Amino acid sequence: MAAKARTRPKADVEIPGGEPADTLRDYYERMSLVRAFELRSSEMYARAKIGGYCHLNLGEEATVVGLMAAIEARDYLFTGYRDHGYALLRGLSPERVMAELFGKVTGVSGGRGGSMHLFDKETRLFGGYGIVGGQIPPATGAALALKNQETAGPHAAAVMCLLGDGTTNIGAFHESLNLAGLWKLPIVYVIVNNGLGMGTTVEKASAEPDLYKRAASYRMPGIRVDGDDVLAVRDAARDALKQARESRQPVLLEVMCYRLRGHSVVDPARYRSRDDTTIAQESDPVPSFRAELIASGVLSEADAAAIDDAADARVSEAVAFADESPEPDVDDLFKYVYASTVANAPSALPGEPVMDAL
Amino acid sequence: MNTQVATTRTITYRQALNETLRAELERDEKVFLVGEEIGVFEGSYKITAGLLEDFGPDRVLDAPIAEEGFVGAALGAAMLGMRPVVEIMTINFSLIAIDQIVNHAAKMRSMFAGQVSIPLVIRMPGGGGQQLAATHSQNLEVWYAHIPGLKVVAPSTPADAKALLTAAIRDDDPVIFLENLSLYSAKGEVPDGEQIAEIGKAAVVKTGTDLTIVSYSRGTTTALEVARQLEAEGLSIEVVDLRSLRPLDRDTICASVKKTGHAVVFEDDWLSYGIGAEISATIGEGAFDFLDAPVRRVAAAEVPLPYAKSLEKAALPSAADLARVVREVLNLSSTPNDK
Repeated sequence: MAAKARTRPKADVEIPGGEPADTLRDYYERMSLVRAFELRSSEMYARAKIGGYCHLNLGEEATVVGLMAAIEARDYLFTGYRDHGYALLRGLSPERVMAELFGKVTGVSGGRGGSMHLFDKETRLFGGYGIVGGQIPPATGAALALKNQETAGPHAAAVMCLLGDGTTNIGAFHESLNLAGLWKLPIVYVIVNNGLGMGTTVEKASAEPDLYKRAASYRMPGIRVDGDDVLAVRDAARDALKQARESRQPVLLEVMCYRLRGHSVVDPARYRSRDDTTIAQESDPVPSFRAELIASGVLSEADAAAIDDAADARVSEAVAFADESPEPDVDDLFKYVYASTVANAPSALPGEPVMDAL
Repeated sequence: MNTQVATTRTITYRQALNETLRAELERDEKVFLVGEEIGVFEGSYKITAGLLEDFGPDRVLDAPIAEEGFVGAALGAAMLGMRPVVEIMTINFSLIAIDQIVNHAAKMRSMFAGQVSIPLVIRMPGGGGQQLAATHSQNLEVWYAHIPGLKVVAPSTPADAKALLTAAIRDDDPVIFLENLSLYSAKGEVPDGEQIAEIGKAAVVKTGTDLTIVSYSRGTTTALEVARQLEAEGLSIEVVDLRSLRPLDRDTICASVKKTGHAVVFEDDWLSYGIGAEISATIGEGAFDFLDAPVRRVAAAEVPLPYAKSLEKAALPSAADLARVVREVLNLSSTPNDK
């Protein structure tokens, strides 16, 4: 695990000049909301309110906030399965996200997708995808559609496709980046590199562990940025999106962050070294950004505490809503299988006859 | 289908597909074609001949050899309202894209509670008998016919190729459009004007009273040939062409078997767990009391298909195999000519 103990510059503790205090406060509020939501998700999973797989953004909050600050409402977002924070900051209410985790009909995907499959057409969150790399070809195709539907320019839409470090070894990644480079598509691929694909380090999984360098094979810019630095993430993502929307230049952006806990809520991460865990905790972006804002006078200790309390209260409302919401109606089991009505569509429940024997 | 037919033309299955793609490209600017070698090369089997020239590279998009990439990209474009028609060179190569087809295209609408539809058509030929050996001769349609969320159609005639492809392109769900290498040059009468088939419906393509042959795609042409041959011997054979493998028109199958009391399934795929297994189970459930003999299946021998002509011929289900089994089911002795 020694290779995991990366050395890298610590996030600049000084607030860059000219960044409005309101913006910084807003970013902290968002980070605090994601943190509170994920801690509560973990708790609700332990209480069996949430089933299936559940992957948290704990430790990745600066990355989540930075990326979602860069993306515009007109852009399309595709993500992997670690998607709660992105959905929240894309503008979906914590109620609808928590209700989805609870498998309730009021959830963003009607209770049919769960934690890994958050989708909201209105805010152009085009999915949470549970299969590693599954989102990359469709995201690339969304960019192909945009290229055909719009003219390039500052007001054009682009696609942001998130993926994990482990995903860069799957064929879909390489096939898609090749298509994007070849067809000049308005898309930014963002590798959220938290150093671990489940329990396997980047160094053990990737022959070229500097993942951003893989962009060179597809003649696109490859950029690496400190994922604990919310402003650096935002600026890098904004610049990448600008290239995509204005010049139809796809970009590969690698964001370096740490996963604070296991792969999913049920993983105690015993494979991590003490050093690695220490580094992850020391670089935890939520307390460090909080401390920065207090040190620079943007927030008082009381302000920060109030923000944290408000986030917690907001999540409590979401849990209450999810708890009270009804489960999907079994009569609607087949409701969404086909968009166009089709003759002889199956509708039998287990054990029901498919044919009238007479 | 529209039955008010004034005039017809005789064209090949290939022409029927080409004309339909052209008509749909002209009709709806959201329709575009994507696949390997479909533009400059005009398609491995020349289905897209002339289309690049007339519609340009944005509508007839040549893709590199990356089935997972371009099938998934077509799916993503469909999510944004485009109507992509993908050509996969043969069904064998669709296995490289199966994650995008089975784990994604088939699932998205349900998994995202109807917020998105996937108006995607994937055209691909199956079929053996061309000495292409084991990896290039498979009939894997049952892999897709098994999957809820997909629609799978398999036309057997130029007329159906046209009417089902038109329906598939205008459908808002992912449709697997199964073609067959040995059908591309087959000729048939095609009615003039727009024809749109109803997906999910089988057709009785020949009526009869003694036995029902159920088949699809290339198999239906063989079934008709055998039925006519046996008719000369005084047997009355009904042929049901499935046309749609998912959904499956169980009512039409069972109605026919209730009338004839005998059924044989003729299929190009392997026997175990194949299309015929589903048809047999359907008949067992829906027409058991009407059967005078067990349902039989005539399917491919369960081996990776060899290259050598002698072995290939032995492994694939033939007209003679079908005729023999029909006679067996009707408890008649086979003539020496069938062996």
